[in-house]
Amino acid sequence: MKCSDFLKELSDYLDGKISEGLKAELDEHLHWCHECDVVLNTTKKTIEIYRDNQIYELPDPLRTRLHDAIMSKCRNSKQHKKDV
Amino acid sequence: MATIQKKAVEGVTDEMALVHAAKGGDLEAFSQLVNRYDRNIFRIAQHITHNEEDAQDVVQDAFLKAYQNLEQFQENSKFYTWLVRIAVNESLMKLRKRRTDRTVSLDEDVETEEGSMPREVADWSPNPEQLYGQSELGDILKKTIQGLPPGFRTVFVLRDVEGLSTEETAEMLGLSVPAVKSRLLRARLQLRERLARYFKSKKDGDGHQ
Repeated sequence: MKCSDFLKELSDYLDGKISEGLKAELDEHLHWCHECDVVLNTTKKTIEIYRDNQIYELPDPLRTRLHDAIMSKCRNSKQHKKDV
Repeated sequence: MATIQKKAVEGVTDEMALVHAAKGGDLEAFSQLVNRYDRNIFRIAQHITHNEEDAQDVVQDAFLKAYQNLEQFQENSKFYTWLVRIAVNESLMKLRKRRTDRTVSLDEDVETEEGSMPREVADWSPNPEQLYGQSELGDILKKTIQGLPPGFRTVFVLRDVEGLSTEETAEMLGLSVPAVKSRLLRARLQLRERLARYFKSKKDGDGHQ
């Protein structure tokens, strides 16, 4: 197996969506290919970092303001909704 | 994110009751649906638009549109999936407005085959997150994901940050499953490549180039 073949399966490998047979082939490749092993581990870490560190949180005051605005618009649109 | 998936699972039954009540005009029920998903919608909108003002508009417009079109929502599908689809469309429209020089499509920037070949193959420090303070780390993560084409980062955010399935993501974006998979792989590899510049192990990092 070439590194490019391994890369094609990287996502499915990370998501655990590959057959046992293919997994064995990929593991065999990982056993001797340090670079693919690093790519696998750092890609996994990349996903975890984005999952664990939410970079766009909604602050509470803004959340309240948006919520009020949404509900007010919904209330006003009620009549319109019936007309459509 | 585990909490979102958990929320989605445990909330499925009463969620339908809320949607049903909201369809019947119960605003309080709809208000609960807003509370349940406003953070997710804000995050998705921020990731796509990169503009807080636009993201705030998207949150308001998406929920209003959802409310006005509740009748069209099929109760055999997930409300959240339906809502995110509306929010993604609203976000892309905002993005198109800002980028008057060219159209924004989920299909753009897919031809960069060689861009996926890893160049940074040095291992990362054991705890890369500890190399930086929380706000500095946040800046790095923002800057890095903002560099991805919209089609790539949208797929990455829906699949890997919001925890939706490949099939749901495909349905939401009007893409085929193979197209979502291909974009996800490229997005993951490109993010990894860019983060490696910050996170690779300082001691032996340069030796593997």
